[in-house]
Amino acid sequence: MSILISKRTRFMIQGITGREAVSLTRENLAYGSKIVGGVTPGRAGRDVYGVPVYDCVRDVVEKHGPVEGSIVSVPPGFVRDAVFEALENGVKLVVVVTENVPRKDVAQMVELAGLRGARIIGPNCLGIISPDEAKMGGVGGPAANTRQAYRKGPIGVMSRSGGMTTEIASTLTAAGLGQSTCVSIGGDAIVGTTYAELMPLFEADPETRAIAIYSEPGGRMEAELAEWVKANDSRLPIVAFMAGRFMDEMKGMRFGHAGTIVEGKEDTTAEKIARMEAAGISVAERIEEIPDLIRKRLAGTKKPKKSKKNAKSKKKRTKK
Amino acid sequence: MRFYEYESKALFERHRLPLNARRTAGSAAEAREAADAIGCPVVVKSQVLSGGRMKAGAVRFAKTPDEAAAHYDAILPIEVKGEKARSILVEKMSPVAQEYFVSVTWDGRRKLPVLLFSDMGGIDIEEVAEKHPEHVSKTHFSTLLPLTPRIAKEAVGRVGVHGNELNRLTPIVFELMKIFLEYDLTLAEINPLARLEDGSFVVLDGHVDMEAEARGKHAKLLAALGIGEDETRQARPPTAFEIAGRKVNEADHRGVAGNVVEFDGNLGLIIGAGGGSLTLFDAVRKHGGRPANYCEIGGNPSVAKACELTKLILGKPGVEKIAVMMNVVSNTRVDIVARGVVKGCIAAGKDPARVIAIFRIPGAWEEEGFKILERYGVEYCDRSVSMYDAAGRAVAKLERAS
Repeated sequence: MSILISKRTRFMIQGITGREAVSLTRENLAYGSKIVGGVTPGRAGRDVYGVPVYDCVRDVVEKHGPVEGSIVSVPPGFVRDAVFEALENGVKLVVVVTENVPRKDVAQMVELAGLRGARIIGPNCLGIISPDEAKMGGVGGPAANTRQAYRKGPIGVMSRSGGMTTEIASTLTAAGLGQSTCVSIGGDAIVGTTYAELMPLFEADPETRAIAIYSEPGGRMEAELAEWVKANDSRLPIVAFMAGRFMDEMKGMRFGHAGTIVEGKEDTTAEKIARMEAAGISVAERIEEIPDLIRKRLAGTKKPKKSKKNAKSKKKRTKK
Repeated sequence: MRFYEYESKALFERHRLPLNARRTAGSAAEAREAADAIGCPVVVKSQVLSGGRMKAGAVRFAKTPDEAAAHYDAILPIEVKGEKARSILVEKMSPVAQEYFVSVTWDGRRKLPVLLFSDMGGIDIEEVAEKHPEHVSKTHFSTLLPLTPRIAKEAVGRVGVHGNELNRLTPIVFELMKIFLEYDLTLAEINPLARLEDGSFVVLDGHVDMEAEARGKHAKLLAALGIGEDETRQARPPTAFEIAGRKVNEADHRGVAGNVVEFDGNLGLIIGAGGGSLTLFDAVRKHGGRPANYCEIGGNPSVAKACELTKLILGKPGVEKIAVMMNVVSNTRVDIVARGVVKGCIAAGKDPARVIAIFRIPGAWEEEGFKILERYGVEYCDRSVSMYDAAGRAVAKLERAS
């Protein structure tokens, strides 16, 4: 199984005729994702790799029935409106890939999503992949490259960096550990869904047996995760990698992502590592240590829900 | 992007927040003139972005215009945390009865703006929150519902402020909330907000931070405040090398080859993307390497862009070799980066095989990329070599060479 998306998930792409969205469409279709339609105002009647284009989200829904998800790939100034449009037409999962969206816009989108019982992933992210099922976003790049890096298996991955999502998955795959679902959660100061908010989903997924996360300086997301783990007695061992350690001494400078800045003590990697370790989260010094740390933690878990066989990575193709 | 105090106050004044008479001075004579016009006593304050002015002696009080002029000369050369004064503010001093604290910022966990209010202003708010939690109120508010004053009223009332004071504070706090949302700020703070002996209120000091992403949207305001488009307002001003890096990035809209930050080492870094750069920079330092720069490439930059960035970094004094490294790439083509970097080495008059310590970019179009590197004898590796080990190879090579 997986979280958020599977091969049955039907989604649309808003801004589908944009340069990046066209590649997204091609790559996602080639990976097996079900894209029912696209939206670009004024471009109705065209198609992108066979995906019909409409002026409005409402047109997609009227023509194709309820659509569960949408990728929003429009310029920063148009993101809020596009997300509102998706939410008001019943879309429950919105992946925002656009970078440089102002925080106020993000807060408004997230607030409306909350009122509509929907979830936003991103902004400034590469989306979601459930290996061998589907992907929603640019994560992994072209389908052949995606298949090389990602395999189906028991590890859930969450990352504040899109690129590092693939680096971690590729390292896990090489070590024989496949992934259930990998989520590039976005690099901004406010993102639609944090680590702690995804944990209950992974917790409820019987195939996920451990979690790998990539984290950075800035924000309170790691502290929130540490608190969640303590409060919920999670069955899932977590291994974290912390990048940007050099930033601890460089207060007020932004590196990497919009949300990656050390302003106060709580933003530093030292503080985050301490909090996570106190909650029982293992922190890796290097990416390549993650698989071994996960194996060690899995060997130490008391009540594995599945037999060991399932932990092994399956063949690339699944039936159907 | 942080505003100076005088800019924050200019913004507050546009919204009719109560402020004392004040002027910025560009010379001791102007400071004297300002003090004379405003009327003493005055406070003379260095305009810097970092905190700790008072401790550094860069805020002083003057009873006469001559004293204000003398303070100007004394304060001007003082560096506050390495930062020189942009200008000097001369402001009227008023007899204060009580100080308050008001700030609005974002709470990334709740994903809402949060209003902090305290009737113990003027001192470190975190300390107040710890020692006297009943004197600090924390109120989240919606960005969707219309903003109304009741949130400000509740925040003020919750710390035990009542009566006339509550009625006078509410509109000031409410205005700050409006300013915060209207200008896409990440921080709007008044500390202290003073109640004077006559019962009126005045903003004594304020901080405003605007989100960099929203600068374009508020270009008019920024121009009116005199904030230049090229001012980054980071922790330190950009170096010539960093400005050159920004030009390389801006010259071509395809992809990113930017956010160049100068360091003083001998190993030039051409690294990417956002998270990968952080990881690789750490790895180089962990191996004892000394980076000459930080940078980020991603989003599939053109050959020309990668070439120009390479030339820039190779041209930096002290750079002996460069390391070209990224995480497994999704939408950046390995062959394009390889071509650009090799071209940049040659254009800089260097042999790619000697000057590129390592090339580690696995992912899309890697076979084509590796072919190019082979042709020029450049050492490369695929994903089977970790980012950490690739950085180690680069550092070791540099050590062997020197």
